[in-house]
Amino acid sequence: MATLAPLLCGFVFGWGLLISGMTQPTKVLGFLDVFGAWDPSLAVVMAAALLVSGAGFALMRQRERPYLAGQTYWASNANIDTPLVAGSAMFGVGWGLVGLCPGPALVNVATLSLPVIVFVAAMAAGMALHDVLQTRQVVTGQAPAASDG
Amino acid sequence: MANFTPISAAIGGVLIGLSAALLMLLSGRVAGISGIFGGCFVRGADDRGWRLAFLGGLILAPVTAALVGYGVPLPAMPASWWIVVGAGLLVGFGSRMGKGCTSGHGVCGIARLSPRSIAATVVFMATAAITVAIMRHGW
Repeated sequence: MATLAPLLCGFVFGWGLLISGMTQPTKVLGFLDVFGAWDPSLAVVMAAALLVSGAGFALMRQRERPYLAGQTYWASNANIDTPLVAGSAMFGVGWGLVGLCPGPALVNVATLSLPVIVFVAAMAAGMALHDVLQTRQVVTGQAPAASDG
Repeated sequence: MANFTPISAAIGGVLIGLSAALLMLLSGRVAGISGIFGGCFVRGADDRGWRLAFLGGLILAPVTAALVGYGVPLPAMPASWWIVVGAGLLVGFGSRMGKGCTSGHGVCGIARLSPRSIAATVVFMATAAITVAIMRHGW
């Protein structure tokens, strides 16, 4: 059950991305193109997702612990710091260049599109590079904080 | 707004929200794809099991979709390999540095009204929109 639950959640998430059209870079770029033929679909996806996840998280707050785990793994850091802003700014530039963020990129690997596979490999390399640089920082005393997501 | 698809967007959004709610209620985990994926590469990580299960389910979605005749269209990608590689590096490095992406900050973080996630989402939406404006409208 402990493995089945995340598998099911990933499956539902993937179908959500497919049905909403968010696996198609043209839909995402259509939303980001506020000066062109604007497509607000992504905003509807987010709003619907927020309503349902918000309700689920409210249920979680009334429980002591999750059904299949000993604890919840929420992010503990509450400060809006430089890595958050700089990292998000970089992420946004990459997202705007291609129209893929990590979820849709991974779903699209199933199409065996070579540019998508190269994109995902570069994405993994970028993540690994960040972690290597951060590990070096830990030696100098800056400890990494838990991930938000 | 000729391309606006509100009904499929709402249905897909409900499923994404349901996935995030269930992953928290059942496993206590945040459905942030960059965090789930990136966490697989952390040396000595002892929590790869649930991450790989989630990613397996994610990939199973387009596979089953193809099987039931719901064809997954080939995504339109930039012709330039430089842009593909550069964008991938930026998305990977940036989402790791900012500790979240569209799912972790944009859905899960905002759903719990985290000021960090609201700030992150405003920043990446803004830089993404500016990037598209420069790429498409040349300024």
